[in-house]
Amino acid sequence: MPASSPARVNDFTVKIATVNGTGSASANTLLMKSIFRSGIPVMGKNYFPSNIQGLPTWYEIRVTRDGYVARSGQVDIMVAMNAETYARDVREVAPGGYLVYDSTWPRPALLKREDIGVLGVPLARLCNENFNGVRTRILMKNICYAGVLAALLDLDLAHIRQLLAETYAKKPQLVDSNMKAIQLGYDYAREHFTCPLPLHAAAMDGTDGHIMIDGNTAAALGCLFAGATVAAWYPITPSTSLMDAFKMFADRTRVDRETGRKNFAFIQAEDELAAIGMVIGAMWNGARAFTATSGPGISLMNEFLGLAYYAEVPAVIFDIQRVGPSTGMPTRTQQADLLLCAYASHGDTRHVCLYPANPEECFYMAVQAFDLAERLQTAVLVLSDLDIGMNDWMCRDLKWDDSYRPDRGKVLSREEILGLDKLYRYFDKDGDGIGYRTMPGVHPKAAYFTRGSGHTQYGVYTEDPAEYQVVLDRLMKKWDTARKLVPRAVIDATAGSSVGIVSLGSCDGAIHEAMHVLKEQGVGLDYMRVRAFPFSEDVEKFLAAHELLFVVEQNRDAQLRALLTLETAVDKAKLRSLLHYSGLPISSAFIVEGVLTELAPRRPALQHGAAHG
Amino acid sequence: MTFIAKPKVRHPSLPANALGLTRRDYEGALSTLCAGCGHDSITAAIVEASWGLSIEPQNMVKLSGIGCSSKTTAYFVSGGHGFNSVHGRMPSIAMGANAANRNLTFLGVSGDGDTLSIGLGQFCHAIRRNLNMLYIIENNGVYGLTKGQFSASADIGTRAKKGEVNFQPPIDPVLLAITLGATFVARSFSGDKEQLVPLIQAGLKHGGFALIDVLSPCVTFNDHEGSTKSYAYTREHYEPAVHADFVPLEREITAEYAAGETFAVVMHDGSRIVLRKLDAAYDPTNRTTAAVQIQERMKHGEYLTGLLYVDADPHKSAFHVVNGTPDAALNSIPYEALSPGSKGLEKVLARYR
Repeated sequence: MPASSPARVNDFTVKIATVNGTGSASANTLLMKSIFRSGIPVMGKNYFPSNIQGLPTWYEIRVTRDGYVARSGQVDIMVAMNAETYARDVREVAPGGYLVYDSTWPRPALLKREDIGVLGVPLARLCNENFNGVRTRILMKNICYAGVLAALLDLDLAHIRQLLAETYAKKPQLVDSNMKAIQLGYDYAREHFTCPLPLHAAAMDGTDGHIMIDGNTAAALGCLFAGATVAAWYPITPSTSLMDAFKMFADRTRVDRETGRKNFAFIQAEDELAAIGMVIGAMWNGARAFTATSGPGISLMNEFLGLAYYAEVPAVIFDIQRVGPSTGMPTRTQQADLLLCAYASHGDTRHVCLYPANPEECFYMAVQAFDLAERLQTAVLVLSDLDIGMNDWMCRDLKWDDSYRPDRGKVLSREEILGLDKLYRYFDKDGDGIGYRTMPGVHPKAAYFTRGSGHTQYGVYTEDPAEYQVVLDRLMKKWDTARKLVPRAVIDATAGSSVGIVSLGSCDGAIHEAMHVLKEQGVGLDYMRVRAFPFSEDVEKFLAAHELLFVVEQNRDAQLRALLTLETAVDKAKLRSLLHYSGLPISSAFIVEGVLTELAPRRPALQHGAAHG
Repeated sequence: MTFIAKPKVRHPSLPANALGLTRRDYEGALSTLCAGCGHDSITAAIVEASWGLSIEPQNMVKLSGIGCSSKTTAYFVSGGHGFNSVHGRMPSIAMGANAANRNLTFLGVSGDGDTLSIGLGQFCHAIRRNLNMLYIIENNGVYGLTKGQFSASADIGTRAKKGEVNFQPPIDPVLLAITLGATFVARSFSGDKEQLVPLIQAGLKHGGFALIDVLSPCVTFNDHEGSTKSYAYTREHYEPAVHADFVPLEREITAEYAAGETFAVVMHDGSRIVLRKLDAAYDPTNRTTAAVQIQERMKHGEYLTGLLYVDADPHKSAFHVVNGTPDAALNSIPYEALSPGSKGLEKVLARYR
């Protein structure tokens, strides 16, 4: 073990390499939550395979006293539980870091690195001696490494016991067996190594008013609170957990205690085409409805999205983006559906998109998506991604304003219908490009024919050039109304720099951290996070006000940059892309490096304060 | 031209239904289909059936996909909302709309291309969900709007207008629906209004998915010699097996039926379908033998028609029964009953600390 390691409290990354399907998820959650409950900000990222059992899987826990939410890009402690990936796992440990491995079987090759501490724990032997049954021994081996880490990192065993008690409230015997495995690892580490390590945890009060939640769960809660009653979907990674969560919450809060009847319809569709069709049918008929999918599903939904746009039917779609093209890497993250969603379907179509940056925004934007969809009578796509959707993020407590009531948009009541001479479904009475709609079942006078074929502003079939164009032009007017209603960009111009970062979605955490690092090196940058398409006016202003703009996004083709150049007056030459598209979430280190490389020749002019090398 | 409104002239002698409405109140825009199109006869039968059932026009939801048949939803019940969706995807729109408000009457009109080719998947799954709707296929064996290509219902050996012969086996929606577990399966002919009108009424009142496959000749592209979907061929090969009369709750069964050949299926609201067997050996309540008998007759080029299969109790598998939705429409539930509120949220968040 290198003797010179300096103490680093609450600022390090642990990565755990295991085999899919061995129950390591519970051990990892246990570790992360016990750290969180000690008041220490923590981040967890799961890098899992598209597989049920047997392939390698990794979990990264970043203990971060500064509350950073992105990957650091460095591994300080590796728990190597998977023989298949030993070699690369050992290589990944940063100098001065540690490797924990199962020493039941000798692994001389592992000891080749002199610059890290290698800690062997005979996990398999300990569990074989103390537990019966093959499956139990495998599961307990994973719980056992959590015990080892608890000793090495100085975690509070009381939190671990409490978490186990909550998890196994209905099976108390499991609390004891799990705790026994924790203790085995804990005692072995205390006996054989100097505990804690110089890298360790220490209780603080950095998590008050925060929760650990994944974006899909938060989005599902948003749908519940928005009053959605129809949920239709086709299973696809990484969106399925959003629907599962909605069902779980709805089963708890929407079932009549006396009758057992459910105030929601939950429909597993035969494919994504049917899922979006059901959502459109339900919203057309006055229920709030949504679907969740990922890139391949959006590809299939294109035709229906065009119908929703042209026939002006509200719909809410969550796209939990994963790696493309095609099937791509279903369990890895990317932001590569930006262009697909913005202009989905043939003909002149454009769709309102929202870009949440974290689970907290998933919650609020889910509610907003329904209000926008009904106000604008169009499809609204919420573009989350696998990193936000499936990883646990520390975020501020979600708040709910009990005075909220859904904005149903321009829907004529029975009284209003009775007062009409005739219904003009697509007529722009108010000058905002939005017509008045009616629901079936109210009055024969309210009936109109919804169609994706050419129609006049009165809703009647047409092939007349002028009549067709009136409707198409009005849809553009509605688009300008959308521009005023969608969430504005989040702008941080405190640096007052001529150089800015433009980004969206889950890049946000890494950008904040990168900006801190860059500031310490004398490079202050402005930052704009776009939160919706169409772009609000402030986006145009920010772009105009900066000489150089780094466009940070997680795709190969610079899709945000493309959207900005298509939809604003920005000079293309000012935009520099920093593109991260490996499938792993973007790290702060990637951004720092990208910015510094580009700025190297201009640095003297940009520095505030002392120069750094 | 669908934008030409029909003049609403009400003749004082037109009979009114229980709502005081005449047949004119159940009509729609003028048809733009070819003169003599079978589809127009079906439209007329729908008007007659809806009027006869005294359906509130605004409570009828008319759904369709794309094609000649799908245009017809504009030609009846103008007081009901219509949704002409995308090709082959009408069942999903119907599913969503029905989920939002189960208390409306859902009538889908589709064609053989819309249902049996591009929309085959959605058709099958609407049956599996036992979605409460009447699904009418206006079946003519060809694609009309694109000028006469064979559809998936074209029989082996049938000849296209330009002489081409079809060698691919047809997909028969009736056999398919019976196999998939449909609870109401009928076949009829656009030229037999007497058979079709009560079938439509029974289908609209059926508490689950009701299919009526209506042979509906295409006068322009499939009414020639050598076609097995022409008027002449259909009339010759059409074998009524079971006649169905729809008897609403409020009406007594008065017709005289020969004993042993008739029986009534009581529907959820107390209405009845009185079935009269024209083929003594045929049992429309036995899914297995029905499928066998339909196929036996098909071997001889004959189409059995009428109500070919009916499940007297479709409710146990109906979508809303399985889902457990309340009797009230989901779109009518006040927001206050849907949101757990800030206190509810606080409770939920405890799990995430």
